[in-house]
Amino acid sequence: MKTLILGAAALALSAGLAIAQDKTIRMGTEGAYPPYNFINDAGEVDGFERELGDELCKRAELTCEWVKNDWDSIIPNLVSGNYDTIMAGMSITAERDEVIDFTQNYYPPTDSAYVAAADGVDVSSAIVAAQTATIQAGYIAESGATLVEFATPEETVAAVRNGEADAVFADRDYLVPLVEESNGELMFVGDPVPLGGGVGMGLRESDGELRDKFDAVISDMKADGTLNTMLKKWFGEDTTTY
Amino acid sequence: MFSFCTDPDTLGTFRWFSCYLTTGVHMSFYIAFFKVLLLLAITAPVALGFGFVGAMAARSRVAPFRWLGKTYIALVRGVPDIAFFLFFVIALDQAFEYLRHKALCPDWDQPIRQGSDFVVCTAAKLPLSTAPQWMHETYGFFLAVITFAIVFGAFAANVLFGGMRAVPHAQLETAEAYGMSHRQTFWRILVPQMWVYALPGLSNLWMVLIKATPLLFLLGIEDIVYWARELGGTKTSRFTDYPHGDWRMWYFLFLLVFYLAFTRVSEIVLERLMLRLTLGQATSGGEAQRKAAA
Repeated sequence: MKTLILGAAALALSAGLAIAQDKTIRMGTEGAYPPYNFINDAGEVDGFERELGDELCKRAELTCEWVKNDWDSIIPNLVSGNYDTIMAGMSITAERDEVIDFTQNYYPPTDSAYVAAADGVDVSSAIVAAQTATIQAGYIAESGATLVEFATPEETVAAVRNGEADAVFADRDYLVPLVEESNGELMFVGDPVPLGGGVGMGLRESDGELRDKFDAVISDMKADGTLNTMLKKWFGEDTTTY
Repeated sequence: MFSFCTDPDTLGTFRWFSCYLTTGVHMSFYIAFFKVLLLLAITAPVALGFGFVGAMAARSRVAPFRWLGKTYIALVRGVPDIAFFLFFVIALDQAFEYLRHKALCPDWDQPIRQGSDFVVCTAAKLPLSTAPQWMHETYGFFLAVITFAIVFGAFAANVLFGGMRAVPHAQLETAEAYGMSHRQTFWRILVPQMWVYALPGLSNLWMVLIKATPLLFLLGIEDIVYWARELGGTKTSRFTDYPHGDWRMWYFLFLLVFYLAFTRVSEIVLERLMLRLTLGQATSGGEAQRKAAA
């Protein structure tokens, strides 16, 4: 009888372990920053990071699920365990690296650019809009221009359209489609500024194992060229590749 | 949605809009309205319950209960809603997970706080990370209901406390003279009569609660304000079949109409309820009704 109970307990325990093994990885993203990530017409997360993330999970043999979260609270919710990764066009910076961990970058260091509604804006002294808690906002704050911050990328561009700000400073890739379709209302001004250490996947510092897994498959995709194909698909033929 | 929606670029205005307004994202927007209504339908009675218990505690003859009730009212009423919403929900979630962790994973030897990370064992996660997304959303919703109920419960407790004290003291003395016990006086004399005094305050709270629902967005729930902002934002033709400029103004205008209509309907219902409660009461309103009938 005793062995029976012990056996049953051992069985239950191993079953419990087996369940613990196949854990779903929850992937946090903002869903408001095309082409990196956005919500498509069907209401699902879409974009470069969605396609890349799904491929990474497939190669690492993980089950993944996408979760949307506000940009402002995207790091606090990661460290408190509401999801396991961040793929939200987040540049690797020293400040962020103190709180969370990053994989190697899956998007090379990017150019950030100014967009204004009129030519001849002097970006070193103008009023410039940027999204809160981004490397762009940090850069503007130190550049001598007046910084106005907004919670979403959309609002930073709207601020330029309605005259609240003279220019917006953001990732060039985010601004390109907006400028193209603005019928000449918006234009690039000033020189592009290379910022940050590229875009990487953010993870909890205590999650080293998962980080190594993703790191390995990113190396994989860099080596066989699939990452470059994906970059070209979402960011155009001229984009920087590996 | 409709068969002619396959190539939206070729459509006329009316058909374009009928396709645009029935996309998957718009469905999420419409569902968000039900989320808000559901939140109100659940939160209002729960908050009233919190308020009733709080008011009962605050006027209890047992000192510790009284202190507890008064502290609850003073503390929650004094803290700004936004601070409460940002702090409390994460704390509550971590408290649940901490308790489950202690109960389910006694063999765990790593610390729960590792730097800024909050790490509990996989089995203690709430909901489990393998749970489907709708369970995560329901859990978030449940946390929201608790948070709203605690905040608005404190205000309701204060209103009900005032309502209980407003019932004429002579009524309670008469009840005692008839030999009713303290408990009987409370339930049979005080409670039925206090509502008429409490209702103006409570109806105020209901209005504020309706208008506070956009705070849901702070709790990570995709409510109508989130979707209005998302859907109204500029869309370029590379990422959607329905490109448009900045339409947030129209979406927010629609929300404005929704909230106005909703509060107006509430006003009408509450007015009727007030008439009903006044009936036969020893108040000036009750007296006026009696005279009008006579």
